[in-house]
Amino acid sequence: MKYVVLIYGNPESRKAWEGMSDEQRAAGLAYYQQLNDDLDASGERIVSERLAFPELTKRVGSSATDGPFAEAKEFLAGFYLLDCESEDRALEIAAKFPEASFGKVEVRPVMGLHGPEL
Amino acid sequence: MSDVERLLRELAPQVLAALVRRYGGFDTCEDAVQEALLAAARQWPVEGVPDHPKGWLITTASRRRIEQWRSDTARQRREEAVVLAEPPGQEPVSGVDDTLTLLLLCCRPSLTRPSQVALTLRAVGGLTTAEIARAFLVPEATIGQRISRAKQKLKGEQLTGDDRPERLAAVLQVLYLIFTEGHTASSGDALSRVDLTTEAIRLTRQLRAELPADGEVTGLLALMLLTDARRPARADASGALVPLAAQDRSRWNRAFIDEGVELITHALATAPVGPYQLQAAIAAVHDEAADAEATDWAEILTLYDLLRVVAPGPMVTLNRVVAFAQVHGPRAGLVELAEAAEDPALAGHHRVDAIRAHLLELSGDAAGARAAYLAAARRTLSLPEQAYLQSRAAKLET
Repeated sequence: MKYVVLIYGNPESRKAWEGMSDEQRAAGLAYYQQLNDDLDASGERIVSERLAFPELTKRVGSSATDGPFAEAKEFLAGFYLLDCESEDRALEIAAKFPEASFGKVEVRPVMGLHGPEL
Repeated sequence: MSDVERLLRELAPQVLAALVRRYGGFDTCEDAVQEALLAAARQWPVEGVPDHPKGWLITTASRRRIEQWRSDTARQRREEAVVLAEPPGQEPVSGVDDTLTLLLLCCRPSLTRPSQVALTLRAVGGLTTAEIARAFLVPEATIGQRISRAKQKLKGEQLTGDDRPERLAAVLQVLYLIFTEGHTASSGDALSRVDLTTEAIRLTRQLRAELPADGEVTGLLALMLLTDARRPARADASGALVPLAAQDRSRWNRAFIDEGVELITHALATAPVGPYQLQAAIAAVHDEAADAEATDWAEILTLYDLLRVVAPGPMVTLNRVVAFAQVHGPRAGLVELAEAAEDPALAGHHRVDAIRAHLLELSGDAAGARAAYLAAARRTLSLPEQAYLQSRAAKLET
């Protein structure tokens, strides 16, 4: 089963990150590196990316306006595409992201092409 | 696939099983077998297939295995002396339970289910990592990682026969999972994908050849054949799902139905009943009906009542409700469904809404049916099923 984990930041989490010492930031990154290594070892991480801060967001389409969108209360900070055994397992992984405690983390199943017997 | 390739694919798991039995160490044995297969793929088409191809492969792989040892540490060098005392290739080759041996190893409880599936397809099915990755629509690196990790875990595990019954159950689950993955895949990208359905049937046939008296092994093979028989009619030309009742039965695979019916009839008469046999029996009742109206729903309901005792589960409960409604009418079915939906495992499950929608439609409540179809469409994770449910809802618009 494939799941996307969406990791959101907010002004508070951003302030917390910016107020960290170099050591704290390095420890934070090392924590993520370890998570990624573990998920690679179990073959559950398909892809993950950390996104640039909302300052670099560009919108397209009829409602297009120029940024910056830094005022956004909540912004997508990164995502994981996982392939794991069950939704429970996806939730267990998602709970390990630090943002689960001070930002917001969502788990959403991916639609598939499999059709059941009708 | 050439004759040599076909032969190598058939022999690969047998050779691997022979090596693992003799030397232990799944990963090093697999490397050695791969090298022997490569050598055979180069030499046989030029020099001809040897008289005893399996013995040739075992001898060659054993030599490779020993060469690996030779390049290893001093401790392992001492072990080598022991192995060299027994020249490879001299031991009588046992072909009796090779598939079973490997399947039991690949489905060890210490491995996660996805790892068991990947390793089974790799070691027993002889598929490449790239083929498995394409079949499951994940990157090759992901499957490669699962397989190498599984092999690491199996390092040093010994093959024993003590807990076979439970482990055989795990093997059957893995084979059925591979089948289901293939069977429910939409036909859209089928060309680039290995046919997991055919692969699962092939492996289950091999297993049955080694355990012909096991009713559940036979039941599983029958279930696969009786289900796969309907595949040509499961989707229309545009790829949209066609429900069982509307399928063109002339397109069903007659040979598979005949074989499946014969297998399940034999199993039910000779072995203790089990869940795969009951599911196969249900599939057989569907397959033997000349048209949807001729389906013996009373028989199917009886089989579901049995299945609910032997192997209870939320999906069995729901499928039984469908049969119950066919026998006792949609209104009685809705009452039964409401009761079944109280199971927390079914809370918010789209299948509950889909069945409710169908029963409401049959009982004449178009508005209620439409709302329930749309609710189900919003909750399914299957794009083809979502399209089907949305079209059912659209037909009820007034």
